[in-house]
Amino acid sequence: MGLTLYEKIWNAHAVATGPGGRTLLYIDRHLLHDGSFHAFEALRKSGRKVRRPRACLATPDHYAPTGSRDPVADPNLREKIETLAANASAATIRLLPIRDERQGIVHVVGPEQGFTQPGVTLVCGDSHTSSHGALGALAFGIGASEVAHVLATQALWQSRSRTMRVTVKGSPGPGVHAKDVILALIAKIGAFGGTGHTIEYAGPAIRALGIEGRLTICNMSIEAGARAGFVAPDDTTFDYLHGRPLAPKGADWDRALARWRTLASDGDARFDREVALDAGALEPMVTWGTSPEHGTGVTGVVPDPAREPDATRRASMEKALRYMGLVPGTPLAGLPVDRVFIGSCTNSRLEDLRSAAAIVRGRKAVVPALVVPGSGLVRRAAEAEGLARVFTEAGFRWGEPGCSMCVGQNGDLVDAGQRCASTSNRNFEGRQGKGARTHLMSPAMAAAAAVTGRITDVRTILPG
Amino acid sequence: MTPFTTLTAVAVPLDLVNVDTDQVVPARFLRMPRASGYENYLFRDLRDASADFVLDRPAYRGARILVAAENFGCGSSRESAVWALAGFGLRAWIAPSFGDIFFENSFKNGVLAIVLPGERVAAIRALLAGKPGAELTIDLPSQTVRLPDGTVERFEVDPFRKECLLAGIDEIDLTLRYAKEIAAYEARQREETPWLA
Repeated sequence: MGLTLYEKIWNAHAVATGPGGRTLLYIDRHLLHDGSFHAFEALRKSGRKVRRPRACLATPDHYAPTGSRDPVADPNLREKIETLAANASAATIRLLPIRDERQGIVHVVGPEQGFTQPGVTLVCGDSHTSSHGALGALAFGIGASEVAHVLATQALWQSRSRTMRVTVKGSPGPGVHAKDVILALIAKIGAFGGTGHTIEYAGPAIRALGIEGRLTICNMSIEAGARAGFVAPDDTTFDYLHGRPLAPKGADWDRALARWRTLASDGDARFDREVALDAGALEPMVTWGTSPEHGTGVTGVVPDPAREPDATRRASMEKALRYMGLVPGTPLAGLPVDRVFIGSCTNSRLEDLRSAAAIVRGRKAVVPALVVPGSGLVRRAAEAEGLARVFTEAGFRWGEPGCSMCVGQNGDLVDAGQRCASTSNRNFEGRQGKGARTHLMSPAMAAAAAVTGRITDVRTILPG
Repeated sequence: MTPFTTLTAVAVPLDLVNVDTDQVVPARFLRMPRASGYENYLFRDLRDASADFVLDRPAYRGARILVAAENFGCGSSRESAVWALAGFGLRAWIAPSFGDIFFENSFKNGVLAIVLPGERVAAIRALLAGKPGAELTIDLPSQTVRLPDGTVERFEVDPFRKECLLAGIDEIDLTLRYAKEIAAYEARQREETPWLA
């Protein structure tokens, strides 16, 4: 029987078998950010050193201000950003500092710099590390103890996960994007449908996506419970990587490419679970509740907890609706929003900004709206092709790169009780601020919400 | 790390699915140093919203075991969620499923995370809700949970994690014993994939 790509990458990185049969897995790549200070602190306390600084790349994102950063005025943010710089410098780790144009969200920067490559193992102390699977890497989020462990040893004790293949066929209609595909998948399999699994995304609809769309999909694997999700690399991947600063060059490129072309699941490989999805049948998605699984098509209504047979799940739904200030049966389209956020490691790349700008062009935002590009390079590219002007002329705020209002750690918060149309990844209670009500959607849908002041089916206002 | 062998303690039921780590420790506290005591931020928003949050009920005072529902600890990788729960006094949690990263983080902090079938965990939660203050006994060597009515549930635990918990092993120390194997792997990588070295 053949092997899945997950098993191949796993086998290629197994260093040793330890007690109880657990595998010591080699880690090729390690991303660090301004929330990684706990791990550096633990390392210092134990008197250990960073084993392989060249395997690391650091950049501030969680605490990066979206306003002026020369200097960073808020002392709390400045302290976190300077701590990362000091930790990186002491360990001789490559840092893209706050005023460097290459700075940005680690999950945008890694692929953009060519640090993320097919077939590597990649970790970061952030659950959205699953993003990097878009380039065919086995990438997963870890906690502070594991970050310290990787810094000290360049390896991790791991148990093999189960495997799931998600095959997406069909071609999404106008106004339907990668974000809708992943929100629909999570609605279908649930927020723990992928727990204990690594997902391989396959099928013609995935192959047709560029790297940016694949990043959006792999990014939210964790919202389906899967620590990692990936797409086997193909010419789209190789074209994307060619010439990136940290991608292999010259003869190394040719050798790398020959290896990368072998990275695929065998035809007769068996997956523990198979899931199928038809992208052609999807409409733009919106979440109504406080779990990413609480999603429905934009023409749908807020569901009725009374129809949920399980008592615990019913109580959780009722709690979600109380928090969101919604009653069952309410149509989602037409629901007024108080503000809009376009950004986050899910949807802050150039394609995302293009798809939002296409809706905004020639219109005005009628509620406060914030656009935060995922990196300085995305920001510059968007300015060069006139997207920034589309947003600013429509009254959007055009921020400096970082995680921003996805998690609010830099102070970009949604007020209590406010409803936010957001392109981020989590609608958890309090995620965007205490009492904030988050509706997850695609950049195009968020743009439609900004220019209409309500949740709007973007298909009704597509440019001609 | 403090070893974990057996534990007899009050268990508290938390009857909600998909409890994410943003609820366990809201993001605005993540800038705090670990020494500030993350238990001070535990479920802060839920507890602010309701004086009757289950962890604060007098009947469950001194609880050292948490019995939760599906997908407990999903979402963010913040290990401070484990620090907050452990800082509150909890040493073990039982649920039908956990967020994968939270599950891993638990063991790194000497906490035993136990997975049991959904209907069994629901029955335990119901029992604890009906008899507040009841104790469970967890025995790691025999991999059992004993309920107040004498019923014994057997659970699976990865042998590696079990050994680490029983002996209170620091995983980095353990890994450093494999320094030769790691170095050999890196030497091979320099040959085969020099662009990664």
